[in-house]
Amino acid sequence: MSIFNYFLKKEKKSSASTAKERLQIIVAHERSKRQQPDYLPLMQKEIMDVIRKYVNIDEDQVTVQLDNNDDCSVLELNITLPE
Amino acid sequence: MAKIIVVTSGKGGVGKTTTSAAIATGLALRGFKTVVIDFDVGLRNLDLIMGCERRVVYDFVNVIKKEATLNQAMIKDKRTPGLYILPASQTRDKDALTMEGVQTVLDNLAKDFEYIICDSPAGIEQGAQMALYFADEAIVVTNPEVSSVRDSDRIIGILQSKSLKAEQGGTVKEHLLLTRYNPERVAAAEMLSVADVEDILAVPLLGVIPESEAVLKASNQGAPVILDQESQAGQAYLDAVSRLLGEEVEHRFLDVQKKGFLKRLLGGK
Repeated sequence: MSIFNYFLKKEKKSSASTAKERLQIIVAHERSKRQQPDYLPLMQKEIMDVIRKYVNIDEDQVTVQLDNNDDCSVLELNITLPE
Repeated sequence: MAKIIVVTSGKGGVGKTTTSAAIATGLALRGFKTVVIDFDVGLRNLDLIMGCERRVVYDFVNVIKKEATLNQAMIKDKRTPGLYILPASQTRDKDALTMEGVQTVLDNLAKDFEYIICDSPAGIEQGAQMALYFADEAIVVTNPEVSSVRDSDRIIGILQSKSLKAEQGGTVKEHLLLTRYNPERVAAAEMLSVADVEDILAVPLLGVIPESEAVLKASNQGAPVILDQESQAGQAYLDAVSRLLGEEVEHRFLDVQKKGFLKRLLGGK
């Protein structure tokens, strides 16, 4: 192995740390989804249908999020209307 | 009252059956009357790993369907006193296990045994959910590899929401067992370390089983690897059993072992 290789190798991130980073992201994402109640996807779809009666929107323009704080839950509905 | 421990993982091929066989044997070696149940209906393999495949007459499904009694279906281990195996059936009927049936069998076993080890099938389908539903404790078997860690996290989610304990407002006591660990590759930053996996899953560590040739050798011979007490894997399982019983044992085999001069000369592993 030449001395150049030695330096190149140092610069590249190790595959184990890439694995850890990817896992941390996907696991956090899946955990937050898991805590949602089962009715949420259906409710999101029905809300979409109601809005679609009046405005033409895409699915990705709506975000529904449920946050659980200590003693209250907040349902956040975010809709971007087309111009 | 017996303690019910499920050995689960989500992902297949990570070492659930190897672990079930080793832990059950280890508990029996420590003097506890133990039964290990194969929940993998249709793909029974615990019998092979335990070396009793030719002695299977009746199985778990026969007992549930009342075609045989528990005593007829259970196989007494020939090597370790106080250890019994309840094999899975080879039926292709997926719904052969029923929740009530499983509960009745577990209730009956609980009268006689101190430990009931449930060897879960892979996946998160009915069979896997049935295996973990009645558990008091869970051993989550994980390889230091991305898909296994992710699947373990999913099965932990199921333990926390769909087990009887969770439904009653309690918790299943979780243990992480890291298997096929290769300290050389961890040192080269090619493999997730114990700390990485603990960090991501946040489950207390029961043990680390090093990748070992002894595991394949043990399954070839149909003798649980914990009986091979010269092997690192066997010793690591013995340590894990001690920790399961509440003893404090230091973790071993986590670091690269320096080969002695003679070993290096002879190319030994």
